[in-house]
Amino acid sequence: MERVPVLKIGDILLVSIQIDMEDQVALQLQEDLAERIVATGVHGVIIDISALDIVDSFVGRTIAAIASVSRVLDAETVVVGMRPAVAITLVELGLSLPGVRTALNVELGIALLGRRETVTIDGDDEPADDGSDPAAVHTS
Amino acid sequence: MSLSPDEASRFAELLNRHAEPVVARWTELVTAGLRGRLSSAELRRQTADLQHAFQQALAAGATDLGDEAAAELRAQLSELSNGRARQGFSATETAISIYAFKEATLEALGDQSDVAALKEYLAFSSFVDRAALFTFDTYVRVRESIIADQTEQLLELSTPVVKLWEGVVAVPLVGTLDSARAQVVMERLLQTLVDTSSPYAIIDITGVPAVDTQVAQHILKTVVAARLMGADCIISGIRPQIAQTIVALGIEFGDIATKASLADALRHVIGRQKRTER
Repeated sequence: MERVPVLKIGDILLVSIQIDMEDQVALQLQEDLAERIVATGVHGVIIDISALDIVDSFVGRTIAAIASVSRVLDAETVVVGMRPAVAITLVELGLSLPGVRTALNVELGIALLGRRETVTIDGDDEPADDGSDPAAVHTS
Repeated sequence: MSLSPDEASRFAELLNRHAEPVVARWTELVTAGLRGRLSSAELRRQTADLQHAFQQALAAGATDLGDEAAAELRAQLSELSNGRARQGFSATETAISIYAFKEATLEALGDQSDVAALKEYLAFSSFVDRAALFTFDTYVRVRESIIADQTEQLLELSTPVVKLWEGVVAVPLVGTLDSARAQVVMERLLQTLVDTSSPYAIIDITGVPAVDTQVAQHILKTVVAARLMGADCIISGIRPQIAQTIVALGIEFGDIATKASLADALRHVIGRQKRTER
């Protein structure tokens, strides 16, 4: 079975999905990520889906589940690079990715996670308010 | 009733012999039909070309308009109706240019009152009828393609996505927003967000005459899709009456920022950009 590689860059795990997301692949990714987050102790996960033409309801739910699991493990998940066609389809189907933050590309995603980290380290500011973040839009 | 090769060649010979008077009479008839909207010199050139094409086709033994020998004639007819359709002539005016050929030829035939001549003329007449129908078909096709082009141009014209600031794009919506247009706007806006990596989009509805639940639904879908991709949308240009309608209809924009003017929306976005840069 194909596996999605999980790369560690600094304090971030980068997952770039380049293969068709079959249900098994998605579940495997969910397990792999949880293990890697614990093993590496990172605080951010970026899932790049710019190569995905189709995101079905199962993959959508899995991504939402990954985000929830990561949050429990104190890592913030950002989904980046969603294609317009995918976004339109999700909206038409009435599917959303609850609790998942999104950014237009990997660069903006890293910037988004980086901002949160600075705030956390300084500790002298309120944690970044999600609603006022450019790329950090909560989907509901 | 179709022409026999023998009859075709005889008509070709006839047209050749009476070329001058036929073209002159034909031009006269067409000029009268078009009521001087094309110069007679131009019409004369067209009819002369067509007359020549008819003659060539018949001389080459064309018994039907679909024949190989009539290919040149078909090309000429297409060109004529193409020109007429684009110049704004009506279908009748286009077809009459061909039908007039029958009358002109009849006059060239002179006084023959035997049945054989009548039969021949009838066969020739049906040949010309098919030519006229062919022009009519072409005319309709050209008109349809013009309409399709214009619809597309209208869609393109009415949905520009402009870059307003670094990281901010805006869509000034003008005109009624139906499903087809909403789809185009949505796709173009989302694609521009990706292309320019802009995390903010402003949807300006100053030019939208009325906002009903359906229009609101389209706008909301666009905003949600943009959020899924990681960009935030602000709706601006809400006129007082529109605001009243929105409230009266009970449309909920939720946590989507709405501003009265585009300037307000831009100020809002730049403020948020500054806050996140800190």
